[in-house]
Amino acid sequence: MTSEQQYIELYREASDLIKGKSCAVMNAVRDEAFEAFVSSGFPTRKNERYKYTDVDAAFAPNYGISLSPLTVKPSTYIYNIKEAPIDVTPYYHQVADKTDAITALNTALVHDALLVHVPRNQRVEDPIVVDNWLRGTAATMMNRRILIVMEQGADATVIINDHATDKQRFLTTQVIEVYCHDNARLDLYEIEETTPLCSRFSNVYIQEGRDCSVKHNSITLFNGQTRNLCDVYLRGENSEVTLNGCAIGGGNQRIDNNTLIRHEVPDCTSNELYKYVVDDKAVGAFAGKILVEKDAQKTTSQETNANLCASSDARMYTQPMLEIYADDVKCAHGSTVGVMDESALFYMRQRGIPEAEARTLLKNAFMGQVIDQIQLEPLRQKLYVKVEKRFRGELDKCEDCHLCK
Amino acid sequence: MLEIKNIHAKVGEKEILKGVNLTINDGEIHALMGTNGAGKSTLSNVIVGNPNYEVTEGSITFNGQDLLAMSPEERAHAGIFMSFQAPIEIPGVSMTNFMRAAVNARREALGREPLKSTDFLKLMREKRKLVEIDQKLMNRSVNEGFSGGERKRNEIFQMAMLEPTFCILDETDSGLDVDALRIVAEGFNKLRTQETSAIVITHYQRLLDYIRPDFVHVLIDGRIVKTGTAGLALQIEEQGFDWIKEELA
Repeated sequence: MTSEQQYIELYREASDLIKGKSCAVMNAVRDEAFEAFVSSGFPTRKNERYKYTDVDAAFAPNYGISLSPLTVKPSTYIYNIKEAPIDVTPYYHQVADKTDAITALNTALVHDALLVHVPRNQRVEDPIVVDNWLRGTAATMMNRRILIVMEQGADATVIINDHATDKQRFLTTQVIEVYCHDNARLDLYEIEETTPLCSRFSNVYIQEGRDCSVKHNSITLFNGQTRNLCDVYLRGENSEVTLNGCAIGGGNQRIDNNTLIRHEVPDCTSNELYKYVVDDKAVGAFAGKILVEKDAQKTTSQETNANLCASSDARMYTQPMLEIYADDVKCAHGSTVGVMDESALFYMRQRGIPEAEARTLLKNAFMGQVIDQIQLEPLRQKLYVKVEKRFRGELDKCEDCHLCK
Repeated sequence: MLEIKNIHAKVGEKEILKGVNLTINDGEIHALMGTNGAGKSTLSNVIVGNPNYEVTEGSITFNGQDLLAMSPEERAHAGIFMSFQAPIEIPGVSMTNFMRAAVNARREALGREPLKSTDFLKLMREKRKLVEIDQKLMNRSVNEGFSGGERKRNEIFQMAMLEPTFCILDETDSGLDVDALRIVAEGFNKLRTQETSAIVITHYQRLLDYIRPDFVHVLIDGRIVKTGTAGLALQIEEQGFDWIKEELA
């Protein structure tokens, strides 16, 4: 049995149960998504966007599926989709890529969803925090769905934290759809601090209207296997998007980030900076494409991927891509893969700094450039500390999470 | 203090040092002169333990300890400091954090408590004045965007912070204008104690006007071929090295 077969059978057995626990808007697209999954199956490595991750292997183990209801702490702007204050039909499973197998599987299996809705011209001062806790007594598959709707002129910061209890295997699929109406601003942070037993497949889709500004920060501090996709559709003029990524891998961890920024209209700006430090036998992969369509004149785009291989067994794959169909644009892309600067190491050791400490300082300095760009001051300070702890090997579980204390 | 016996060393496959002998007692300043490629920097790098240099024969003891068995950081903790000919840039590591790590690592090795933050900053302030180095450089990354002169001054500043007993000044004077040279040399002199010893590598007499050497050695082709007093440096300044090579021939 191929690994998709068990999910097909699962759906055939459990779809009525899932539908019963779900709601109309989600059920409306469920069967269609399932059919899409059946016809595509899991992507192989021949699929350009899944070149660096063995999806079939990750989904092969037998996980129990979690159908426990989503608990939403009562707070403004966050809702269970069943209690949505707006009609979510024009948003749910719309910008998401319907041909993507992970997205299709998530749409078929997910029974509950979270909605973040910021009303028109509402400026939310405090960050909206979503904590995902993976817990369970058996190996569990979690399917998570988040919808973020920023109405015209809305302004907010959303932080999504992933934690996991140790000693248990978890497989997560996640689909986040973000809709920014004109003149909206969103800072979206995703911080993964799980365990080597966790596999995460996350697909984020962002659509921007005109005069929007979106920053997405993807931070992988500790994990098992992670495959993050982020697709951005710039559909209104004079908008900007910043995609930043910080990925730290050690042990046998794998971190694969795959991004696509589609400039569909003129006068938009995109900036992308992903940095990786891979140590031990960790494997990192980055593939990012900037696509500038024919009408997207005056596009400005900069894509940078910089990587540090801190051990000779660590591997890094990088693939920056630029595809331009307009003729009046300013675009640049580049990537570097380097090793630890031996002359800097020696300089530090001559001053009495022990080698291990010198290596930590250099790794920390390398990653500092991404953390520096985090605008939310308390989070930035917290991440400086966390990143340093991570490099010192002191961050081997999600320390903030009450489950792990 | 430092006893170098029959040191042979190579970089890659190339043998650079071919049997160097040198004894330096407490409080002595030894100037090391010689043509380019003679092995002056190689000798310094061997003393501080640069892993790019391989010692194939000989021994070095430092206050009775087998120096060659020690890691670069252990040598630093024991009191050895080198002012680099070309100081290294370390993007993303601020001077303050760099110095704090260095000072506290040495204190830890010597069994002392780390310095309290206020005491550390006070120490930084005092030592900065000594070499007239600007506070704003301390918030920058190590040597990043520093001018040539600032880098050399920064080396002496680090020396001031770490209070070594044995210093190597590897062409600390090159690229400095007259005023910067005076500041650097006077800074070094103020830091010296009765016990401080040093090897001063230079191509020029002018540094030795400020830092008076007890001995001057000439290194040619991996060996010390001539040793004299301060007068030898003056003679080399006037006549170059050819006459020494002729003496050897």
